[in-house]
Amino acid sequence: MMPFNHMKDYLTRQEALSFAVLALVLLVLLPLSLDVMRLNQVGKYLSFAFVAVGLVLCWGYGGILSLGQGIFYGLGGYAMAMYLKLEASSPQNTLIQTTPGIPDFMDWNRITELPWFWEPFYSLTFAIIAIVVLPSIVAYLIGVAMFKRRVGGVYFAIITQSIAAILTILIIGQQGLTGGINGITDLRTLKGWDIHTDVANYVFYFLCVFLLFVCLLIAQFIKKSKTGRILIAMRGQEDRVRFSGYDIANFKTFVFVVGAAFSGIGGAMFTLQEGFMSPSFVGVVPSIEMVIFCAVGGRLSLVGAVYGALLVNIAKTTFGETFPELWLFAMGLIFIGIVLGLPNGLAGVYSTWLAPKVDEMLNRLLGHEKQNQEIYTSIPIVKQGVVS
Amino acid sequence: MTEGSNTDFLLAVEGLTVSFDGFKAVNNLSFYVDENEIRVIIGPNGAGKTTVLDLICGRTKSTDGSIRFKNKEITRLKEHEIVKVGVGRKFQNPSVYSDLTVFENLEISYPKGRSVFGSLGFKRTETVINKIQEIAGRIYLSDQLDVQADLLSHGQKQWLEIGMLLIQEPQLLMLDEPVAGMSVSERQQTALLLKEIAKQQTMIVIEHDMQFVAEIADKVTVLHQGQILAEGSPEKVKSDPKVIEVYLGH
Repeated sequence: MMPFNHMKDYLTRQEALSFAVLALVLLVLLPLSLDVMRLNQVGKYLSFAFVAVGLVLCWGYGGILSLGQGIFYGLGGYAMAMYLKLEASSPQNTLIQTTPGIPDFMDWNRITELPWFWEPFYSLTFAIIAIVVLPSIVAYLIGVAMFKRRVGGVYFAIITQSIAAILTILIIGQQGLTGGINGITDLRTLKGWDIHTDVANYVFYFLCVFLLFVCLLIAQFIKKSKTGRILIAMRGQEDRVRFSGYDIANFKTFVFVVGAAFSGIGGAMFTLQEGFMSPSFVGVVPSIEMVIFCAVGGRLSLVGAVYGALLVNIAKTTFGETFPELWLFAMGLIFIGIVLGLPNGLAGVYSTWLAPKVDEMLNRLLGHEKQNQEIYTSIPIVKQGVVS
Repeated sequence: MTEGSNTDFLLAVEGLTVSFDGFKAVNNLSFYVDENEIRVIIGPNGAGKTTVLDLICGRTKSTDGSIRFKNKEITRLKEHEIVKVGVGRKFQNPSVYSDLTVFENLEISYPKGRSVFGSLGFKRTETVINKIQEIAGRIYLSDQLDVQADLLSHGQKQWLEIGMLLIQEPQLLMLDEPVAGMSVSERQQTALLLKEIAKQQTMIVIEHDMQFVAEIADKVTVLHQGQILAEGSPEKVKSDPKVIEVYLGH
């Protein structure tokens, strides 16, 4: 049963509008105006939107700044890549290797037997489950270890960042087991179906948009339930929430796990659309970039996070291709600028300047005198400062 | 570890000690609180008043001694478990959720759906709304339910936090300086509110304002250097030479 009395408790008119506009942009506008190669690129950008949406819940709502979302993005992406790699490494495809039937990079590293943890990835079902469950388990363990001990704020950010760094080093160091710095490349088919055709690109793009909306709707549910309000409460007055009878660590762990699961799905969608996965999407820099997507979009806006991921990635591609050395500086400046100048990101700009006008227009269009005010519900605002 | 004894008291604190790096902020403290009593704790700065409340509600863990609530040992329970057995705590600086409305502030304190999944499925039913409106009436905030808590005056924030305790329906409320920063008329309203609460619930209040103390207290405990200096009715305590010496002044 839904814990909401009215539909508008789940989705206000403005929110419904923003979801509809996003759906229109992603499902109609972009597919009709872009060629398949560009659309595939947008699909890859959208895979980061999963992470950004998770960060809205964790960071925007819960005040938990994780600088290690790349861990979960990577786990999801690698789970997908391992399945595809095994399918691409059938004995017929790998006849020229010393040991046929194992991934090429293992053969190059003189490994003669498939490592045990690769075995289950022959199964697509297992891989799909692992995409969500593996990041969730890791997030759960980190969450329990940190939050039960009341580690939070900057310390939590630093620890997640270190874990991201450790995972990268581990992947690169264990070249024979993981593909090392090159990652897992040369992925070809999914159940015998070529993943590089135009049709496949379209299918993956729409699958990606569909899954993104599933995540958005789940996130919206959490945001509008009492859990969402507890997260906001926790962000400012952790002790008050604790002394109202809540076990804070459980709520933090929950929202961190949700964010991780979303990230895992995003990573898997990246692997499918890009055709490879590498440690360059796991480490510290990509993890920080993910936080920037969220900040640019507005860390309290789910839909904003999607636009943030799209816009920053577009900027990265256009600007970054021309001035690759300058890009990281530009990125840093964007982040500082947003945190100082627009703590609510692009979504904040919309809700302050445009939303009232849109509301007025809608009222005139629908013939309402004025919109029924959402009773007893606040519009959350973010104060300045990154870690609250 | 000292074992507490069985008593008829609502709260029995026995031999309570906490030491921070050798400094005993609370030293072998024992006191008992009856049901429906308003107990006021006074004492000079650093006497350990707030620490005692922190110890009872589990925010600080004691070094030795026993805290029993309704004859149940709560000394080792976690904060949220202590809340669940019926102890509520108001902090010295009003702690309200400034980003949320008064209604939402009270709703979060409503004692249902306190687990993660319970809160996901929590529904704003008629019962919940009625309860919140009832409490808002008692804390003089009926017409402020839609207001964001940030925008309330200091005194109103104090009331809101008291309301957040009331809605939890604790048997024991612990209030740390509930009238700090209030105007004279707000103080009077608060005194009324506390007396009203005392009809059904028990309270431990920390307060400095002796006039206010005399108005509300059934019994006063004077703390000094982590120990009890005097205990008794407000009149008796006020005229106690030791209390005058260390706290009230001549």
